[in-house]
Parts: sequence; C-alpha cells; structure tokens
Amino acid sequence: MTAELVRGQNHPLPQTRLEIRISAGNPIVAGATLGDERGTVHGAEWVAHPASPQLAGIEVPKQAAAAHRLAVDLGAMPGHIHRVTVLLALPTGVGGPARFGAMAAPFVAVTGLDGTEIVSYTITDLDSESAVAALELYRRQDAWKVRAIGQGYAGGLAAMLHDQGLEQGTDLAARINEAVARGMARSVAQPPPRPEGDGRVRTAAAGGGTDPAPAQPQTPPQQPQGTPQQPQGTPAAGGPIDYQHPSRRTAAPPTPPPTAPPAAPGQPTRPVAGDASGWSMDERLYNQVWGMFEDLARTTAAYRSAVDFAESRMEQELDRVLSDPCTRVGPAADSARAEARAKQTDLVEQARIALDRDLAQLISEAEVVEPALPYAYARWDSPVWQAYEVPMEVPMALRLGDLHLPERADLRIPMLVRLPLERGLWIDAGRSSSFDGPADSGELRRLAADAAVAIAARMLAVYPAGEFAVHVIDPAGSAAGSFAPLVGSGVLAEPPAAGAQGVSAVLAALTQRVDLVQMAIRSRATDALPPDMDTAEQLLIVHDFPHGFDDRAVTQLRYLADEGPSVGVHLMMVADREDARAYGPVLDPLWRSLLRLTPVADDHLADPWVGHAWTYEPPTVPPGSRVLDQVLGEVGRAAQALRAARARQSYGG
Amino acid sequence: MTVNMSKGQAISLQKADGGTLTAVRMGLGWQAAPRRGLFGSRTREIDLDASAVLFADKQPTDVVFFRHLVSDDGSVRHTGDNLVGGAGQGGDDEAILVDLQRVPVHIDQIVFTVNSFTGQTFAEVQNAFCRLVDETNGQELARYTLTGGGQYTAQIMATVQRAGSSWQMKAVGEPANGRTFQDLMPHILPHL
Repeated sequence: MTAELVRGQNHPLPQTRLEIRISAGNPIVAGATLGDERGTVHGAEWVAHPASPQLAGIEVPKQAAAAHRLAVDLGAMPGHIHRVTVLLALPTGVGGPARFGAMAAPFVAVTGLDGTEIVSYTITDLDSESAVAALELYRRQDAWKVRAIGQGYAGGLAAMLHDQGLEQGTDLAARINEAVARGMARSVAQPPPRPEGDGRVRTAAAGGGTDPAPAQPQTPPQQPQGTPQQPQGTPAAGGPIDYQHPSRRTAAPPTPPPTAPPAAPGQPTRPVAGDASGWSMDERLYNQVWGMFEDLARTTAAYRSAVDFAESRMEQELDRVLSDPCTRVGPAADSARAEARAKQTDLVEQARIALDRDLAQLISEAEVVEPALPYAYARWDSPVWQAYEVPMEVPMALRLGDLHLPERADLRIPMLVRLPLERGLWIDAGRSSSFDGPADSGELRRLAADAAVAIAARMLAVYPAGEFAVHVIDPAGSAAGSFAPLVGSGVLAEPPAAGAQGVSAVLAALTQRVDLVQMAIRSRATDALPPDMDTAEQLLIVHDFPHGFDDRAVTQLRYLADEGPSVGVHLMMVADREDARAYGPVLDPLWRSLLRLTPVADDHLADPWVGHAWTYEPPTVPPGSRVLDQVLGEVGRAAQALRAARARQSYGG
Repeated sequence: MTVNMSKGQAISLQKADGGTLTAVRMGLGWQAAPRRGLFGSRTREIDLDASAVLFADKQPTDVVFFRHLVSDDGSVRHTGDNLVGGAGQGGDDEAILVDLQRVPVHIDQIVFTVNSFTGQTFAEVQNAFCRLVDETNGQELARYTLTGGGQYTAQIMATVQRAGSSWQMKAVGEPANGRTFQDLMPHILPHL
C-alpha cells in the first residue's frame, strides 16, 4: 500500500535499497545532501549533485530532466550519516520557468527495487521558490524513516544549501548550475511539443513554447494598443488556458497539405514543399525544415558511426597480425593486412553510398522547400524579400542563419528559432580558435555589428507595425557605420545610446519595465499597468560591452538577461568576451544564457538529437544588395503611420 | 498469413512477391496475471520493457530502450515506455520500429529483448507476445508467444540479421533474469 504523505508526515521504510522517482512538468535538477545527527551538512563532499553524482549509498542524475530515478542504498551509508535530504531545483540561465509556481506540482515517490511504491508525496503550494527540499530519509534507532518536507527556497539552491549549514553554498550552487547548463547551453533548443488545441489560430505570437508568460491575447494587431499584451485573466501560475470548445473552429479549416505526386516505380518519392503536419503553411514548412534538420543529423550519425567502426575494426585486425610472431612477416601477413584494408574500404564505400542516397533526397527536398519559404524563413537573397510588406501577424519562427555539416557543405538547413525568442543572442566579436575569419579584430567587430543589424532587421520585419521595438547601446559610437541602416530608416525608438549616461538611462527604463510587468502578472493586475506603456516586444542591442558600463549597469544587464525574455524584453550582445574578463567568472552565467552566434562561419552549434558540431553562418546581406534598406524603409514608414494614427486618436479622444 | 514461431526457428524477411521489406515493427504486448484466491480480481501492475540492441560484428554499438528512444542514426525508434501493459489482449503495448533501409551499413544484427522492470516473473504475466509486423501494410509476419511463463524476469526474444542484401528474423526465446537489457548482455552474446 502506498502511503500518500502530507507535509511533515513520516513513514517507516521497510528496506534499505530504494529508488526515488521524481517527476515534474519541466526539466529540474535533482540532488541530495547528507547530514550528521543534527542535520548539518559538513562540506561540498556531503552533497550529491549533477557535477558529482555519486556518493556512498546514493546516486543522482547528471542532468536536468522532467523525470528522475535516484538509486539509494541506505545500508551503504557511512555510520555518521543520519539524514539524507532529497532536493529539487530549477536550472538557471537556460530558459524555462524560474519558479516552481509556474509549473505543475513536482511529484516524488519512494519505491522498492521492484517498483512498488512505499510512499508518495506531491509538493503543492510552491510559488516563487526555485529550489525545494522535497523529503528526507533519516535514521531513528537503527531504522530508517522518510519524512515529507516540501520546504521551498525563493533564494534558490544557494539559499537552501546555506540553510543546511553549508558555508560555501553559493559556490556549490554555482557549480551545480554550471554543470547542468553546460549540458543544455550548447544545444539548439528542440522544438517544444505542441499542446493540444494550440495552433488552430496562430495570431500575434501565440505559441511561445513552454513559457506561459509571453503568450499574448489574440487581439487583432491593427487595433489600438490600449491594453497591455499580457494574458488577461490567466493565472500566471499555470499555462495559457484555452477556453475554446475543442471541436469548434474559429478559423476556416486548414487547407490540406500538398501531396506528393505518385513516384515512378523504383524511384524515391519526389519531395514537395510543405509536406509535413501543421495547421498552416507556415507551420508545415517549419515542421518540414526541422524534419530535414533531424534527418540530416541522423543520417550523418549513421555514416560517421559506420566509418568509425570500419576503422577501429581494421586497426584491431592489423594489431592482431602484428602481435602474432608467426604471422608478423611474410606473404600471409601481407595478405591479411590487405584483406583488413579491403574490408575497411568496402564498408566505408557502402556507408558513403547510403549517405549519398539520403543526401540526394534531402538536397532535392531543400531545392523545393527553399523557394517556398515565406520571408521570415528565407535568406536575404530570396525574391520573397523583394515583395516585402509589413505583416499583420507574427510568424511562428525566424531564420537566424544557416547550418551545415562538413559531409555536405552545400546542403544548408535554415536555422529556425521560435518567436518570441526564449533566449537572448550573443554575436561573438571575439576571435576563438576555430575561426578562419579575418585576422584583423577590428574587421571582425565590424562583421559582428553587421550581423547584429541583419538579425535585428529580420526581427523588425516579421513583427506587425508597432509590436517590436529596438534599442541600441553603442557607448563610444564605434559601430555607427553598421547601425546606420537602423538609424536612417527611423525604426529605432530613440537614437543609439552613447556614453555612460546613455547606457544607464536605457537600462533603467528597461529594468523598470520588466519589473512593472512582472509585478502586474504576479498580482494578476495587468490592466493596472500605466496606459502609456509601450506594449511592443523590446530588443536591446548592446555593442562594445562593457565599455560605458559601471557595476550597477552590469547588474541591470544581468537582470534583463534573466528576467526579460518571459516578459518580452530580449537581449542581443555584440561583444568579445575577452573585453569583459576583468569581471571574472561572475559574468559566465550571462554568456551561457545567451545563444552564441558568430559573424563568420563557425562550427559551434549542436543539434538536439546527436550533438554534431554544426557550422553556423549568419544571415548576411548579399554584397551590393539594397534589400536591407528597402525592408527597413518599409518598416519605418509603417511605424510612422501608426504613430501618426495614435496621435490623432489621442487628440480626438 | 501469420507464422507462429517456435524457439530457434528462422524466417527470411523476403516478401512473398520477391520484394524486400523496408520497415518492420517489433511489437510487445502483455497483461498482468490476476491473482487467485481471495481478492483475486485485484491485479498488480507489471512494467515490461522492450529494448533493441544494435550490433556491428558482435560489438554493441547502440541501444534503443525507454531511456534512449531513438538510435542515433534514426533507423530504430521506440514508441515509448508503457508502465502497466494492456488491459485487453491483442494490441502492442510497446513497439520498436525499424527502418531497415536506413540501418547503418555496419550494423548486422538487431537483438530484441523484454525485461520485467518491476521484477515480476513471466509466471505473473498473461498473454505476453512478441510479433513482427510489416509496417508498410500492417501485415503480421511472425508471432512468438512467451510460452512457459516460468520464473524468469527477462527474455531474449528474437534477432533480425542481415542475410546478403536482405534481412532475416530468428526466434530465440531464451529466458534470463535482469531488470534492463544491460543485465542480459552475457546471455545475448552466444546468440550472435
């Protein structure tokens, strides 16, 4: 019989070998602290956590996940350990909710090795806490018992470790987060699973992934923006609630996806653009591109593993020939060697044939998909940009560049990220070892600023007029040339901020905005926001960091990076990490929380399935092309018209 | 037509019309056995897990099971962990899909195993079967019943191996003990 515990309740444990199963709605970190008879944890080596997952008698998972199984052997615990506290924490700086209140209540069960539940405990009533001591196993007269704790800590892991008597709790918490983030930071985020009923009507920025906050009400974008764009009447704690009847459609039924013409016998089916599931062409193409991305990753994994296997087998066989004195020399040895080599060549050849077959299919798919992409997914040189008009709706995703693998460099997969952005961006102006870009660091910085402008222009272009605002911090004015297209077209909210005062003014305004919106969501009073508040999503481009930044400004920047994305304030750093080395490791979490992009081709992005190193190429405007100015001009005109209309309205009203 | 297989029997996966199979599904279905006696209607949940181990020249190179649902190359996919089994007889509770055309060229054998994660022996499981289905048309090619139902917690079900340019399935049906496929590795090796 399972005992369902409530907070504070205890229960005897009939055996010492146990498993603790944890499940939560979002990826969480699981760990355990070991305490003496007073419950004091005497040092970092008394804590089992992702960076050091194994201690005598307990093993915890190495990464954050939505479900965990911890193995515990209380019989193997040293005699001076009297208490084992199981703790859960939200990973920081990798996206996802920042508090337990924003997700489903975590569930913990202690089971025997045969899977039979002994006790279970659902940790309810959590709100702003980001770490929680879930339950403790403790010794009582040579027997072990379990107690439900459910003590949450708004100060996170560091506060919890401190509370257990660990003086270096902050350091340890940072190490744990570092270990967790290392696993997650390098990967391109997997497309979030589509909730049931979502995607039927895809208006302004619906579908913000797993984060509940950025979901916006489905007001037609041309309406005067009097109400703030926050979920109204939706408790901030849960996800967006869909009040629509599941079988009633507000939009016309989707057009059926195009079907492939019947293939000639013996030939693979000819690919068709939009041949994927989805409610709109936009969504179908997005899914198709992600499908191509996964297929290329996997087919390359198959090829690489076959080649590796062929080589290791050949080496083993050659070693065997060499190690035997009888066969080391002479014609038998030669033929054995030749045979080993022939086997290797043969297998590699077969692997190459299979790879070429798959690549040919993907290339023919890319040939039909690429021209069919709407401008949000298209390269700058695509003709669809020539016919650009300011959109009425936000698309699902935006192309941030191209990805390819060395096996076939001309097969480029569009790198599509969901909108609104869930992570800030970092255009790396530094020279890392893998760069084969220009040797001149000034040239690299210029390219980085250009790439930032090209990406910012794409974002401005895919949002409806007045729904996306860009701020630029360029303290020394050193990138004035690159930012000229943004300044000249009038798309910026205000001219680039210069000097220390400019920096602090922009940061103070955005910080206040994040704070206000968060407060409004927390108290469910989004209609109490000041009526003159700009409801657009905000992008802050920071050039030349940390030039012009004092400590206060750096702190504000970190706050924006952590808290901004959930309330529609995004960060784009155009920086060389080396410039900020004086700050030491305190800025590491900031860099890690951002998606690193490079101004020149560089292989640093990992796919979410196999983790190949993909070469990223930024969305550069073709030389001599006027497309960027044309598009920004169009955006600027639409913004001006909107401002004029609003001004008229406020005079009239 | 379905072939009911017995231990050690091998069938070729060449189609009757001479074409070769392109995609097969290995399905696993089971029911918890009701207990006899007083309160006999109470059944206990049983979690069986299907796994597939990919071998290249007798070396395991990849495995598909409930914690790694897709092989790195994408050719073998697990449809997901079922923790309780089927309420009724017939359907697959867990399935592993194999796209034979996309299996990497160096993989020459795929071994399918079943483990009782919750530790009950097959004596407590009813109607456990393993079957091979042609995924392109849903036709059942072979069915292997977990007969015996002895005091075992695992079974090596079958292997699918390359035979020239096509594939062949061999029923193994070797009982063993273990919680996950890792425990079975010593028992699998003799069957390669």
